[in-house]
Amino acid sequence: MNVDAVSAILLIPIATATLLAVLPGYRLTARLNVLAAFLTFLAALSLFFGRPEPGPYLQIDDLNNVFIVLTTFVGFTTSVFSASYIEHELEIGRLTPRFLRFYHAMYQVLMFAMNLALVANNIGIMWVAIEIATLTTVLMVGIYRTHEALEAAWKYFILGSVGIALALFGTILIYMAARPVIGEGLDAMVWTGLVARAAKFDPALLNVAFVFLLLGYGTKVGLAPLHAWLPDAHAEGPTPISAVLSGLLLNVALYALLRFKILLAANPAALAPGPLMIIMGLISLIFAAFMLYRRRDIKRMFAYSSIEHMGIIVFAFGMGGPLANFAGLLHMTMHSLTKSAIFFAVGHIAQVKGTQTISDMGGLTESNPVLGWGLIIGVVAIAGLPPLGIFMSEFLVISSTFAREPWLAIPLVFGILVAFGALFLRLNGIVFGEPHGPTAEAKASYVPMFAHLALVLIAGIYMPQALIAWFQNVARLLG
Amino acid sequence: MHSLVFDIAHMLAGGLVLVSFTMLYQDRLYALLNTFALHAFVLALSVAWQAYVQNAPHLYVTAMIALVFKAIVIPISLHRIIVRLGIHREIEVVVGVGPTMLFGIGLVALSMVVMLRVTAEADPLAREDMAFALSVLLLGLLMMVTRRNAVSQVIGFMSLENGLVLAATGAKGMPLVVEISVAFSILIAFIVIGIFLFRIRERFDTVDVGALDRFRGEQR
Repeated sequence: MNVDAVSAILLIPIATATLLAVLPGYRLTARLNVLAAFLTFLAALSLFFGRPEPGPYLQIDDLNNVFIVLTTFVGFTTSVFSASYIEHELEIGRLTPRFLRFYHAMYQVLMFAMNLALVANNIGIMWVAIEIATLTTVLMVGIYRTHEALEAAWKYFILGSVGIALALFGTILIYMAARPVIGEGLDAMVWTGLVARAAKFDPALLNVAFVFLLLGYGTKVGLAPLHAWLPDAHAEGPTPISAVLSGLLLNVALYALLRFKILLAANPAALAPGPLMIIMGLISLIFAAFMLYRRRDIKRMFAYSSIEHMGIIVFAFGMGGPLANFAGLLHMTMHSLTKSAIFFAVGHIAQVKGTQTISDMGGLTESNPVLGWGLIIGVVAIAGLPPLGIFMSEFLVISSTFAREPWLAIPLVFGILVAFGALFLRLNGIVFGEPHGPTAEAKASYVPMFAHLALVLIAGIYMPQALIAWFQNVARLLG
Repeated sequence: MHSLVFDIAHMLAGGLVLVSFTMLYQDRLYALLNTFALHAFVLALSVAWQAYVQNAPHLYVTAMIALVFKAIVIPISLHRIIVRLGIHREIEVVVGVGPTMLFGIGLVALSMVVMLRVTAEADPLAREDMAFALSVLLLGLLMMVTRRNAVSQVIGFMSLENGLVLAATGAKGMPLVVEISVAFSILIAFIVIGIFLFRIRERFDTVDVGALDRFRGEQR
């Protein structure tokens, strides 16, 4: 039963991908996509009730369990959104049925790759999984085959590949460090073994390895100054992919980084990874906050907002300690839910208006009240206003910083405020005032968007005790 | 005997760095492609030698992949693509050969300093290999930065990746090397197919990446 849940998480997506690649007809395939994503989510939920012992390839522990459930849940809701989004794209002829088949198959391959990266107990397998995830998203970003989409895909490809290459070099160095202690072969790449015996590794080698891993996986997290691919990839691909990129893929790369942080923390002589992460987090936060002001494309704007929030999350994990780690985990969860909800809204808005340019939108609350107010709630949430969940997590990040390093709290609060101003400045133009452009009814499925926003709201008002205990446990694990 | 084993490995890895340097100043695409084929060939020899020294037969697979795929298939298909795109006569402006070479020397020195210091306790063969591998990796990065042409950027990436394969085979007994080199080959095949299928020239009228910068999605 237990082993089945883990293999189900991997086998359902990959089997569905094969099936979707050959089946015709978008109605059937879109539904199959939703069904598969839902089954994967159920399998992930069952992990709460029992999990297998870690083997040489796969493992489930408290840390990746949170990530897996979040990934499969957002994967499921995004597939629901994707079904209605894609129907419209097919009607206006932006996608042909042949590309659609490809799109659905790739969606499941991406889910498979992300789940594999999360459950891998082996640094080599994790690397391969993240590479597959990168490749599939590159293909999906370029799917519209316009000038912009191709440029975005190319940029993402080159930068992502360089990042992945650096991460592999870091992985090889970790193996080099482990070999004298653990011995040759597979054992020296298994997480559980690595962490248990990290104290005996050569600290200098670990340090160099971590720098490469931080640069490599940091590229995928979208940390400035390695973020250049991120806004283009978000803006030019289909919106469901933007939602998955922001809500999930960045988290998966972050998860890899966190694993290596735990490894370094287990060796007292190695450098503390915290300060490096704090610096990169703050740079990303402040840089992205200022970049938000000059955005004219709505999806690019929210892509920069993702960089900003990844900055906050990396900062929180860099601070370390039970409270900051708890805040980081909570913020990551809330950001995934909120940002994907925003992209669900943005996707339908862009379809109604036929453009992504902010100045061509306006008065959404009058023309499309449900979408307009959905976007407002999303932006209120992402900007960190009470009573929504992100307020809670940002408040925890800031207060834990004040308690330990008051000086660091100043740039943190500054960055958050700058971003706050930019978001509301732009939001005002989009949702209020005279309606601009086409005002047709949206054929949208609002359920995924409001489901996410409701979860964020509930988390902001009342967190179940069991969830808090779980997160506290994970936060302790992160050191 | 042991010193001979070491010397040959050293020579092959050093040769890889040397070929990386010669790639830096090739300003014609054909010449660059041929130099890359040589790069992959030296890598294949180096990996095969490691397979023999470490008595690790699976590394011969990696060597074969390097030889067949990277030294033969990829250069030939890129050759065809270049002809098809009609850019085979183009001479690329390489950003100042002198400064680039000096910068490259600096990078090699940096990787020697870093890697030799941190791997003081590893066995000498692995140490040298890691230092050379990092040099090849950094030189590949340098090449990607200094070139503006999509095809030569890809070649830069492939030479970077050759450095990684060298590192992976140098780390004695590392598992999954074959799998990783297969994964990389798939990645590269995708890139090459991407250049061809997306017909970057058709779309952008040039493979000069500089021209792609127009489409930033932010112009007004």
